[in-house]
Amino acid sequence: MKYIDEFRDGEVASGLAAAIRREARPERRYHFMEFCGGHTHAISRYGVSDLLPDNVRMIHGPGCPVCVLPIGRVDQAIRLALEEGVLLCTYGDCLRVPASDGLSLMKAKAKGGDIRMVYSTADAVALAEKNPDKQVVFFAIGFETTTPPTAVAIKQAAALGLKNFSVLCCHVLTPSAISSILESPEVRQWGTVPLDGFVGPAHVSTIIGSRPYEFFAEEYRKPVVIAGFEPLDVMQAIRMLIRQVNEGRAEVENEFSRAVDRDGNKKAQNLVAEVFELRKHFEWRGLNVLPYSALRIRSQFAEFDAEKRFPLDYRPVPDHQACECGAILRGVKRPQDCKLFGSVCTPENPIGSCMVSSEGACAAHYTYGRYKDV
Amino acid sequence: MSDDALKTGATAIRKGYVRPLDIKHGRVDMAHGSGGRAMAQLIEELFARYLDNEYLAQGDDGALLPAPGAGRLVMATDSHVVSPLFFPGGDIGCLSVHGTINDVAMMGATPLWLSAAFILEEGFKLADLARIVRSMAEAAKAAGVPVVTGDTKVVERGKGDGVFITTTGVGLVPPGRELSGRQARPGDAILVSGTLGDHGMAIMAERESLGFESPIVSDTAALHGLIAAMRDSGADIHVLRDPTRGGLATTLNEIAKQSGVGMMLQEKALPINPAVAAACEFLGLDPLYVANEGKLVAICAERDAGKLLAAMRAHPLGAAAAIVGRVHEDGHHFVQMTTGFGGKRIVDWLSGEQLPRIC
Repeated sequence: MKYIDEFRDGEVASGLAAAIRREARPERRYHFMEFCGGHTHAISRYGVSDLLPDNVRMIHGPGCPVCVLPIGRVDQAIRLALEEGVLLCTYGDCLRVPASDGLSLMKAKAKGGDIRMVYSTADAVALAEKNPDKQVVFFAIGFETTTPPTAVAIKQAAALGLKNFSVLCCHVLTPSAISSILESPEVRQWGTVPLDGFVGPAHVSTIIGSRPYEFFAEEYRKPVVIAGFEPLDVMQAIRMLIRQVNEGRAEVENEFSRAVDRDGNKKAQNLVAEVFELRKHFEWRGLNVLPYSALRIRSQFAEFDAEKRFPLDYRPVPDHQACECGAILRGVKRPQDCKLFGSVCTPENPIGSCMVSSEGACAAHYTYGRYKDV
Repeated sequence: MSDDALKTGATAIRKGYVRPLDIKHGRVDMAHGSGGRAMAQLIEELFARYLDNEYLAQGDDGALLPAPGAGRLVMATDSHVVSPLFFPGGDIGCLSVHGTINDVAMMGATPLWLSAAFILEEGFKLADLARIVRSMAEAAKAAGVPVVTGDTKVVERGKGDGVFITTTGVGLVPPGRELSGRQARPGDAILVSGTLGDHGMAIMAERESLGFESPIVSDTAALHGLIAAMRDSGADIHVLRDPTRGGLATTLNEIAKQSGVGMMLQEKALPINPAVAAACEFLGLDPLYVANEGKLVAICAERDAGKLLAAMRAHPLGAAAAIVGRVHEDGHHFVQMTTGFGGKRIVDWLSGEQLPRIC
C-alpha cells in the first residue's frame, strides 16, 4: 500500500507525539474539534488519543453525512421505494440509518422495496439504463465531496435522455455546520465548549479548497488546519494547531497540501453550481433546521428532481427525547455522557444520529474506545 | 422389422425414451425436483456420477456407514448461499465441501463423510450445475471425505438464487482430544494460519465487478491436513476455529466470550495480502471483519507457540502463519489491539453487515 503505509508509521507517530508533548504548554488545555467523521474514525481506529497528552482533547464534530441525515429524509426515500414502487439506490452506509416506524432502508428492502446499494453515481445511472421499465431514484447524500459526482450523474442522465432517472438530493454544506456549532440558538441552550481550533476536512477541501475556512479563522479567531485522513496527518494537524494557539495566531493552514490548495477544484465547483442551488432551509439530524445549509436541484434539471417528480412532502421527525446527539455533535457532551449510550443506543440499535454511522462520535467511541470507560 | 432391429429394440426404445441429460443446453425444471424419473435421472447422471463412492452407490434414502471405533462423533452442518456462484479461486461447490470439512476439523475431528442437499431454482443451467458438482467432487476427493448421501429440491423461478447447497459433515474425535471455544486461557498465544480477508474480498470484487488491478483470489481450502500437521507438532492446542463470516474479529470475540477472557492483538503481526488491504482501504472496510474460507485461528499454550508456528509454516496452507496476539484476563471479554500506530483500540463484534463508507 504505497502512499498509505507511510502515513501510518508507528515510529514517526511516537516522534510526533513527543513533539506534541513538548509543544503543548502544561499550564493550559487545548480543545480541538475534528469536524469530519473521517478524522473521528482515524483517531478512534488508530488510537491517536492514546498518544496525546492529557491536556489536549479532541472533540468529535458533526461531519458525518450519514449522522446528520434527518429521519424525515430517510422516510421520504423509504416511501419512494415502498409506496411509489421506484428502484431506489444509494451508498452503502445509508442503508442502516433508522427511520420512522422501526424501519431503515435495509428493513424496507426486506419488506419488498427494490433498494440497492451502489458504489458510485455512475452505477445509479447504469441501473436506470438497464431498467427502462422502472423509475430509478438515487438517494444522494453527503457533503461537498459527494456532490460533484451527483451533478455528473444528472448531466449524464440528461445527455442520455433518460426519462426514468431522478435524484432525491440531500447534499449539505460544511461551512454551514461549522457556523451552527459556533453560533446558533442551541449554543445558548447547551452552552459551548471552549473550542481552540478545527481540524478541517480533507476530501471536502479537495473540492472547495481552503478559502471558505478563512472566514472562521478571521471572524471567530479559530485556527483551522486542513488535514488528510491518515493518522499521521491528524497528529501533524494537532501539532500545527497547538503552535497557532501558542503563538496567538488564528489562520487557515493546509497540512493536506498533497491534494488541497486554496481555491479547490474549480471544474467541480462550476459543475455543482450549474446543477444545484442553495436551499433556504434544510433540517440536519441533531442540529435542527439550518439556513442555507444544503443544495437542491436547479429548475432547468427539474425532470431529474425526485422531489418534483413524486409527491414527497417533508415531515420532520424528532429524535428520542433522552438523546444527547445535539450536544454531542457540538462537542458540549461526550458520548459516554448520554444516558442512552451503550445501553439503549448501540450500533445494532442506534437511537440517535451519532450512533448510526461507523464515523459517528458515539459509534466510534463504542466500537473502538469503550474499554476506557470501564 | 428385422430380427436385428427387434433384438436391439428394447435398448433403442430405452435410450430414446430416457434421453441423457442435455448438460450443455438444458436447464433445471420443476420435474427435476418432483421425485419422479427426471429427478432420478438428474441424480444418476449428475450427482451420483461425479460424487460416486460405495455409500452413495447404495442408492438408499440414507447412507449405511461403518460404526467408528473409540472416540466421539462430531457433526456439523453449513448452508451455502454465495453470490456469485463462481468466483476467482473457487465456486459454491468446492466451498460447500471445504466449509463443512473445516467445521468438523476445528473440533479436533478427522472428517469422515459429508451429505449434500441442493435447492435448485427452476431455469438454472445444467451446465453450471454440472460445473458445481464436478468442483464438489474434486474437492471431496482431494480431501478424502466422500459425499455419501444427499437430497435435491427444485423451487420455482424467482424463489431461489440459482443454487443453495447445505452440507453436513461427520467426523471422529479420538479419545482424550479436547478442543473447544471454551478452552482459551490467560497467557495463551493466538495464531492465524495465513493472510486475512482473501475470500470475502474476492467475492466482493467479483460481485460488484470492481476490477482491481491485482485480482484477489479466494482462499477456500480444506484445513484438516494442516490441522493434522499442527497436532503432530505436539503443541498443546486449546482452540481451533475457522474465521469465516465476520472474519477474524468476530471469531475472536466469540472465543473471548465463550472462554470468559480478553485478548490483545498486535496489528503489525496480522498477515494481510497487500491487494486485499488496498481493496479494503478503497471500500472503507476492515480486513479483520472480512470472511476467510481457508484459514484458521489457533489458540495454544504460550510455551508451544513457536513450535506450533513452525509446524504451520511447514505446511502449504500455513506458509504465512503468524502469532498475532495473546489471551489475558478481562471480565469484559474485550478483544483489543495495539495499533501499528502505537495506540490501542477495541476490535469489536461486527455490527450488522460491513458496508462501504460514503466518502
